[in-house]
Formats: sequence, structure tokens, C-alpha cells
Amino acid sequence: MLSQFSYQRAASIKEAAEAASRPDVRILAGGTDLLGCLRNQVLQANRLVSLNGLSALKGIRQGPGGGLRLGALTTLTEIAEHRQILDSYSVLAQAAASVGSPQLRNQGTLGGNLCQRPRCWYFRGDFKCRRKGGDTCFAEGGDSQLHCIFGGASCYMVHPSDTAPALVALDAKVSITGRRGTRLVPLSSFFVLPADSLVKETVLQPGEIVTEILLDPPQPGARSAYRKVRERGAFDFALAGAAIVVAMAEGKVRTARVVLSGVAPVPWRSTDAEKTIIGKPLDAAVAVAAAAAAVKGASPLADNGYKVPLVRGILEETLTALAA
Amino acid sequence: MRKSIRERESRTGLSRRRFFNSVASGAAEAAILTVPGAVAAEAAVGQAADGNMVKTVLDINGRSHSLSVEPRWTLLYVLRDRLGLMGTKASCERGECGACTVLIDGAARYACMTLAVEATGAEITTVEGLMRGEELGPVQQAFVEEDAFQCGHCTSGQVVSVEALLRKTPQPSIEQIREGVSGNVCRCGAYANIFRAVQKAAELRKGGR
Repeated sequence: MLSQFSYQRAASIKEAAEAASRPDVRILAGGTDLLGCLRNQVLQANRLVSLNGLSALKGIRQGPGGGLRLGALTTLTEIAEHRQILDSYSVLAQAAASVGSPQLRNQGTLGGNLCQRPRCWYFRGDFKCRRKGGDTCFAEGGDSQLHCIFGGASCYMVHPSDTAPALVALDAKVSITGRRGTRLVPLSSFFVLPADSLVKETVLQPGEIVTEILLDPPQPGARSAYRKVRERGAFDFALAGAAIVVAMAEGKVRTARVVLSGVAPVPWRSTDAEKTIIGKPLDAAVAVAAAAAAVKGASPLADNGYKVPLVRGILEETLTALAA
Repeated sequence: MRKSIRERESRTGLSRRRFFNSVASGAAEAAILTVPGAVAAEAAVGQAADGNMVKTVLDINGRSHSLSVEPRWTLLYVLRDRLGLMGTKASCERGECGACTVLIDGAARYACMTLAVEATGAEITTVEGLMRGEELGPVQQAFVEEDAFQCGHCTSGQVVSVEALLRKTPQPSIEQIREGVSGNVCRCGAYANIFRAVQKAAELRKGGR
């Protein structure tokens, strides 16, 4: 049984934002992360504010000039099956389809997928780690098979989202509403490294709510893919993955975004890999060079050195597939 | 109230479970009208503890149930411990196993990760709701015919997931079948027979069963 909390079904985004500005209040969307956190007592809540009565946050709308506006409450199943996303933003459809299980995708929302808490087994377990106000990262001297190889400092979590790297690769923007109004943030600036905060994973301030994710119109000649490697074939988080968006012109890569999942506390953009492929034809030699560039600077912990060759393999394979 | 469903069942459970099974087998909906003493006492405690009960109406297997719920009660808890619908199984209670799978507005979801208060207004279908009167529905029948279980604990969740799969994809490929039941863990490892049962169920449904 979960601990006691009261329940409020918000009648407006403003009402939800006002209620959620209190520290003992949690926002409820799909609930697939929140209820697990409450059950494991990773989080406490005296009140849940449900967004599920807010139809303005649901569904997929056409954006200006051929882009899309994805309501924060859109389920991952809706994202994975949407015709236009499948056709023009494959990386996002593939990422959404790779999340959890059919049940979790029917329930979990896009906004919730971006705002989910870390899956580190120490954070989720009965350990008072730095992210829970303690003074120790237990992964530093403990079991670190699933931890980060980039961007760690004092905390070595990996960001668990699959849709986040896809949306960073698509240069999406996130619309955030709080008590003082609405702001638009590039998703590439939405996530926070441990060096900047040890207690939160996003730039959201108390009371701020993700309401919408905005996709620009697809670039001409765009190709994209998300590749995720897990310990089992389904129903699991990424050991490592890559979201790649390239735009081709006259047989060469004109623009590229390479964003890694499962290897850093935030979706990890590799500008070194991008520089390696921009201006080149997409072939096996370029794929190998980009993969090598992507893992430069990796600093594995005791148990996760396997992620370095894994990332290289994922990038070689995915870039080669995109070349075809 | 603070014990988990399993903890409480291990303490008081078998007799209650047997009671519910006997009550639920013919007419599950009767359970709400004949709540046993232990459950009624718990409801009173919940009400007294916080004065925080929310009146709700849940539409389950085509029947409306009016009841008061605590906001923290999951749909799983309400189905099993309040309404006596014991077909939906409680295992991990963290969205990691699939035993509690139900249909909510036709989509498979985990009842352990859904607050009952949030299911208000939705059409909820449990494994009991897949019966055709007193006969097994096609997916249930196929699981029996293909021997698609060993201990049986995951079976009702598997059956509900397969029902959701076949409603969306009446003739699934083997890959679609594997994906369709990928959110349901079977510790006995009956997967090969489960996959055959899905194919059998697709045939039975096509044949109008």
C-alpha cells in the first residue's frame, strides 16, 4: 500500500502549476514512474495533482510550416503509431516503440518520459545517495554495470529516457508553464548534469509543468533512426543507444545530430561524431571514424567498460544502416 | 492498511481468497454486496484515518460499481480487495511483471500502476470480463488447449494482453505476438506454448468463437 496522499484533479494548467509549486505535491500524468517512486519511497507526496483532466495537453497537432506539436500527455503508443511521426520523424517513433512494454506505453506519457527520475539501483533502492540528500555515490565503489561513461561527477546515473535523445537529435523544443507564465526551452538545454545539480535532472523550477513538445518541419533529405541495446529484447532500459538524424544533399551529409542514450546523466550529444560525418558521404569508413570519435573522452567506472565498444558498435551499425 | 496486498494475504489471506473465489466464480459483481467482515472493517479504518475518501464509479466488465476509494488505492487493490475480482493477480506491484494487466478503454495497462480514482469514467475489463457467459472466451480457451501455462500465476495477465493484441491485430505475426506479450513475465518459461496459444486464439476468433 502506498503512503497516504490527497488527490486533486486540476481543472486548468494554471491550477496545476500553482498546486505543484509546493514541495510536498507531485504531478501525476501516466503514473508509471511516479507510483513506482512512491511505492519504493524514493519520493514522498502529501498530495498528487492529476493532469489527466486537461484535454489541452493530450494528442498531436499540426505545427507551423509542417511541424508537429506533441501534447505532454500524449501516450508513447500514440507517438509510436502516429503516421506522420513514422514517416517524417522515424527516430522518435522508434524510440517511443522501444520504451518498456505495451502496457507501459499505453499509459506512460511523453512529458513523463522526459521528466522520469533516474533508474540507478542505488537511487531506487534503500541508499541515501547524493541525489537523495546524502553524501555518497554508491556506484563509485559499488556495482556500476549500468552507470555512465560520460558526464559523471559526484553522481554516475544514466538518463533513462529513450524519447529524450530522439527529441534532442530532432532539435525539439519543450514548452513549460509555471505560475509566472510560459517559456520555450530547446530540449538540448532541458536536462541538467550532476555538475550543475545533484538533486534534479531538468531545468524545471517548482511548479513548472511540461505542456508541449514542438518539432520543426522535417529537413529535406532527412533520415533518422534510434538504436537501443538492452540486456533482454524488450521491457528494459537501454544499456546504450543512439539517436541519429542526418540530412543528405547531393550524396553527402549536410547536417547531423548524434545523441547517445544510456551512457550519461543527460542525453549525450556527440558533436565530435557529428563533425566527422558532416560534409562526407555516408559510408562504412565514415561510420567507423564517427564511432571512434564518439567514444573519445569516455571514462568508464569499474564495471561498465563494456559500454565503450558497445557504443562504437551501435554507431557503426546505425550509421551504416542509414547509408543504405 | 500499510501492509502490501501480499503481506496481508499471507497473514489473513487464504480463507478470504477462497471465499472470494467462491463468491466470484459465478457472479463476481455480487462481491461488492457481500463484503466480508475483514474488508468492511478495513474500509472503515481507511475512512477514519484521513477523511480523504473519494466517491467514485468504476465501470468494470460492463457493470457499474459505486464505491468510495482512498486516492492511494490502486486499481489492482480495488479489483482484488474491494470487489473480489481475484482473477487480476498481484505480484511486483511496480509495473515490472504484467500479472495485473487489465484493459482500460480497450488498451492493456497495469492495474498496479493505475490509481483507482484515475480509472473513473473508463471502461475496465478484467480477465473475468473475457468470459462468454459461463463459457471460456477464445483466448482463454486457446490457453487451455495449448497448455500455455505451468503455475498459472501470470496467465490472466497474459490472456488480457493477448486479447488487447488480437483486438488491434487479429492475425499477428510471430514478432507481433512476441511484442504483444513482452510486458508479461512468465517465470515458468511457458513462452513457446503461449505463442502457440495466441495463434490458436486468432484462429478461434476468426472462426467466430
